[in-house]
Amino acid sequence: MTDTVIQNHEPNYLEYQGRYKGIFSWIFSTDHKRIGLLYLYSMLVLFSVAAILGLLMKIELIAPGKTIMDAQTYNSFFTLHGITMIFLIVVPGLPAVFGNFFLPLMIGAKDVAFPKLNLLSWWIYILGATIALSAQFFGDGPPDTGWTFYAPYSFRTGTNMLPAVTGAFILGFSSIATGLNFIVTIHRMRAPGMTWMKMPLFPWAIYGTSWIQVLATPIVGITLLMIVLERTLQIGFFDPALGGDPILYQHLFWIYSHPAVYIMILPAMGVISEIIPTFARKTIFGYKAIVVSTLAIAFVGYFVWGHHMFTSGMSGTALYTFSILTFLVAIPSAIKIFNWVATLHKASIDIQTPFLWALCFLFVFMIGGLSGMVLGALSANVHLHDTAFVVAHFHFIVFGGTGYAFFGALHYWYPKMFGRMYDKGWANIGLAVFFTGFNTLYLPMFYLGMIGMPRRYYDYVEEFHGPNIVSSFGAMLMISGLVIIITNLVRSARKGEIAEADPWKGKTLEWTIASPPPLENFAEIPVVTKQPYDYE
Amino acid sequence: MSNHTHIDEHRDDEGAKTGMWIFIFTELLLFGGLFIVYSVYRYLNPAAFHLAAEELDTFIGTANTVILLISSMTIAMSISAIQSQNKKLTLILMGITILLAVAFMVNKYFEWSGKIAHGIYPGSPTLMDASQGEILFFGLYYAMTGLHALHIVIGVAFIAYVMRLVVKDEVQHDNFAILENSGLYWHLVDLIWIFLFPLFYLIT
Repeated sequence: MTDTVIQNHEPNYLEYQGRYKGIFSWIFSTDHKRIGLLYLYSMLVLFSVAAILGLLMKIELIAPGKTIMDAQTYNSFFTLHGITMIFLIVVPGLPAVFGNFFLPLMIGAKDVAFPKLNLLSWWIYILGATIALSAQFFGDGPPDTGWTFYAPYSFRTGTNMLPAVTGAFILGFSSIATGLNFIVTIHRMRAPGMTWMKMPLFPWAIYGTSWIQVLATPIVGITLLMIVLERTLQIGFFDPALGGDPILYQHLFWIYSHPAVYIMILPAMGVISEIIPTFARKTIFGYKAIVVSTLAIAFVGYFVWGHHMFTSGMSGTALYTFSILTFLVAIPSAIKIFNWVATLHKASIDIQTPFLWALCFLFVFMIGGLSGMVLGALSANVHLHDTAFVVAHFHFIVFGGTGYAFFGALHYWYPKMFGRMYDKGWANIGLAVFFTGFNTLYLPMFYLGMIGMPRRYYDYVEEFHGPNIVSSFGAMLMISGLVIIITNLVRSARKGEIAEADPWKGKTLEWTIASPPPLENFAEIPVVTKQPYDYE
Repeated sequence: MSNHTHIDEHRDDEGAKTGMWIFIFTELLLFGGLFIVYSVYRYLNPAAFHLAAEELDTFIGTANTVILLISSMTIAMSISAIQSQNKKLTLILMGITILLAVAFMVNKYFEWSGKIAHGIYPGSPTLMDASQGEILFFGLYYAMTGLHALHIVIGVAFIAYVMRLVVKDEVQHDNFAILENSGLYWHLVDLIWIFLFPLFYLIT
C-alpha cells in the first residue's frame, strides 16, 4: 500500500533531484521553472542594489549643494542605476522570470522548445551582468555617461566604459536567445485545441515581446559594438573629428531602445490582462481587441524612436512624423485600459493583493502614459527635454508600469511557484506604503521639471528645494514599502500557509495542476476546448 | 535513475529550423546596423569613398566570392548526400566546405596584411592624414569584413561540430536538422559577403 503511494507521488520541481545535487541542480537545470526562479533571484539581488543607489541619489538631492556625495560619484550612481535597472532588470524582467515559468504552463507544454538554450541564456545573462558591473571595481573609475552611452562622450571619457558597454552587448544575446526560444515554443508547443485565439493573453504579450526582442536587440548590439571599436580602434563612425556623426549614434541607439520600452511594457500589460479577469470572475472584455492592440504596439513601437531626439537636430518633416506616430502608439494602449475597465464593469470582484496591484498599475500607468503624450508634443518637448519631468514620466511607465506588474505577477503566481501563500495583511500594508511613497517621490518631479530643473545634476538652485524635500521623503517611504513587501515574500516561501492548486479560482491552464507544479508540468497534455477566461 | 522521459529528448525538427531562421534574421539585422552606417557615410562622402574603394584588390575580392559560392554549393550537396544515406560523401563535401572557408581566410589574411603594411588600418598615422571619407571607408571596411570573418570562423566551428555528429552517426538520413541548420547558417555567411563584395570592391 505505502509502496504504491510513493510511486504515485510525482516529485514537484522544487524537490526533484536530477544528475546534480545542491546548488548545481539549479544552475545546471534545464527545467524552465527553475530557470525562471534563477532569474528571479538574480534580479531581486540586482534590484535591491540599484534601488539603494536610487535612494542615495534622492538623499543627495534633499538639499542644494553637496549633501552626501560629489558630482562625479553622483554621475556614476545614475549610470550604474540606469544600466542595472534597464539592461539587467526591466528589459529581461517579466519575460525571463514569468515568461519562463508560466509560458509553458499556460499553453500546456512540458517545457520551452530549446531547454538547453534557455539555460545558456541565463548563463549569458550572468556573464554580461558580471562584466558590466565589474566596470565599477577596477580601471579608471566607474562609468559616468548615463545608461544611454551617448557619443562622443562615451569614447572620450577617461572612465571605465569598455566593460559596461561590452556587458550590455553580451546581455543582448541573452535577450535574443530567450525571445527566439519563446517564439518557437508558442508556434510549436501549444496544447492540442489551443488555437491562436484561445491562447491566454500573457502568452500573447510574451509573443509580441519576443518578436521585438529578436528584431530590435541586434541593432543595439551592433551599435554598442561600434562604441567598443570606437574606443579601442578609432574607427571614427561617431567621432566628428574623424568625419563621424554623433547624431547617427543616437538614431541607432533609439531604434532599439525605443522598442525596448515595449519589451518592458507589453508583458506587464499581459500580466494585468491575466489578473483582472481572474479577480473579476468574468471573461475579459474585448479579447481580440487586446490581442490586436498588443501586436499594434509592437509594430508601431518601431517607428517612434525619433521622439527621444526632438532637440538633437532633425528636419521639420521628421519631427512632425515622429510626433504624430508617437501619438498613434497611445491608441492601442488606451484600448487596453478601456478593456480592463470594461471587464470590471458589473463584475463580482474578489479584492485580493494581486488585484490591488493591478488597480495601482492602472492608476500610475495612466499618469505615465498621459505625461508621455505631453512629451510627444513637439512644443512641450522642447521645454521639457532633459528635465526632471522626463525622469518622472519614465519612472511612472517603467517602474509604475513594469515594476507594478512585476510585483503584481509575483503576488498572483506566488502560491503556484512556491506552493505557499504569503501573509496577505502584510502584503497589502507593503503595497499601501509603497504606493504612497512612489507617488510622493515621482509626482513632485513633474512639477520640478516644468519649472526647469534639469535631470542628472547633483545640485540645484534654492527655488527647487521644497519639492525635492517631498520627493526625497517619498523615496524613503517607497523603499520602506519595498522592504515590507520583499521580507514578507521571502519569509513566506518557507513559513507561509500551504497553498491550494487554484487559490484565486483562475481558469487558465497553470491553475489546473498542483502547486508547486510537478517536474513535467502535465501528467497528460491537456486538450483545450474553451476560451481562456471561461467564467460563464 | 528515474522513469521520466527526460525533457531534453523532445525532438522537433520543424521547430529547430524555425529557430534557426529567426536567428538568421537577427544576424541580418546585426549587419543591418552597419549597412545603415555605410549608406549614410557613402551618401555624405561620395568622392572619398570612390577613391578609397580603388585601393582594394578586386581580384582577391572576386576570388573570395567564387570560393564562398562554391562552398555554399558543397554544404547544400552534403545535405542531399545525407538524405541518400551516403555518409562518406557527406563528410567529404563538408570537409571541402571547411577547406574553402580556410582558403577564404587565407586570402583575407593576405589582403588585410597588405593594407596594414601600407599603413592603412584604423587609427594609423597614414589614415589620420587622409580625408575624413577615407577614414570612414576603411573603418567600415575593417569593421564589416572583420565581423564577417568572425562569422566565417563561427560557421567553420559549427560545421566541424556537425561533422563529428555525422561521424558518430548522430546525424543520419532521418535526423539531419542540425546539418540543415549549419547549412542555413553558412548560406547566411555567404549571402552577407554577396552584399559586402559590391559595396566595397565593385562600386567605385
